[in-house]
Amino acid sequence: MTHHIVLRVVAKLLIPLILLFALYVQFHGDFGPGGGFQAGVIFAAALILYTLVFGLDNARRAIPPGLLRKLMAAGVLLYGGVGTASLLLGGHFLDYNVLASDPVAGQHLGILLVELGVGITVASTMLSIFFAFAGRGGGR
Amino acid sequence: MVIAIAVVRLRNLFAAVMMTGIYSLHAAVLFVSLDAVDVAFTEAAVGAGITTVLMLATLGLVGREESTPRGRGWLPLAVVLVTGGALVFATQDMPRFADPDAPIHRHVAPRYIEDSPRETGVPNMVTSVLASYRGYDTLGETVVIFTAGIGVLLLLGGRRRGGDDGDDS
Repeated sequence: MTHHIVLRVVAKLLIPLILLFALYVQFHGDFGPGGGFQAGVIFAAALILYTLVFGLDNARRAIPPGLLRKLMAAGVLLYGGVGTASLLLGGHFLDYNVLASDPVAGQHLGILLVELGVGITVASTMLSIFFAFAGRGGGR
Repeated sequence: MVIAIAVVRLRNLFAAVMMTGIYSLHAAVLFVSLDAVDVAFTEAAVGAGITTVLMLATLGLVGREESTPRGRGWLPLAVVLVTGGALVFATQDMPRFADPDAPIHRHVAPRYIEDSPRETGVPNMVTSVLASYRGYDTLGETVVIFTAGIGVLLLLGGRRRGGDDGDDS
């Protein structure tokens, strides 16, 4: 895939837009359609496009698989951590009302953090799985 | 429906994977026309996008022609027909489509619709239900994905025994 100049240019144009759209879906999920899951998948799709066009080795250098594994765990921990934080602040598990001074702000903060956790875990898991498959296939 | 049959009939796995992608895209369009934008979004991104790529990556490992099956497999056909018949029979008891008196519209849905904007300050009700009221379920979903990732990494991602390009961590 090193000589496809059109593919490389178009991919270079597209990837930032896809990443931006993923972030939009992530943080605008409160107001429009979307949320952590979709955002994570779109984010992973952008990086998979990068891998397909520029090769697995470049992608591994840009996003080290060790970091991905830590991110996978970090997303779940963020989710669980929000739940535990609300527990420690005197509410129920995953009861966001106590996270901020008034319940609505607490709910907002909780939902934002939880969706962020979902997004991180989904994106890094999808990428890890793809890297694992592609790595076995001889670096397609 | 036509696409589903094509998926089953095709012997070329590459074409079959493409067909499943097209099927997912159609499903997404169906969800949009049912006003379920969030679900359609997920279906388009996961079903048509990521799943197709992962299937193609798998094909890179296993080759793209399906081996010719032995025998005709009447037993699987019988099982599928009986299960499908039972499901169709069960739909007789379901409330009419878009019936406002259906149990699903009378249980917790009115409370979500009336109270969730005030309680959570989040205009998109799907998000508030997913992340707040049904927070446990979404946590479970995240853990499931995490577990799936761990499983694949344990099976495929570790150090290679044959050693083509070394380990990666």
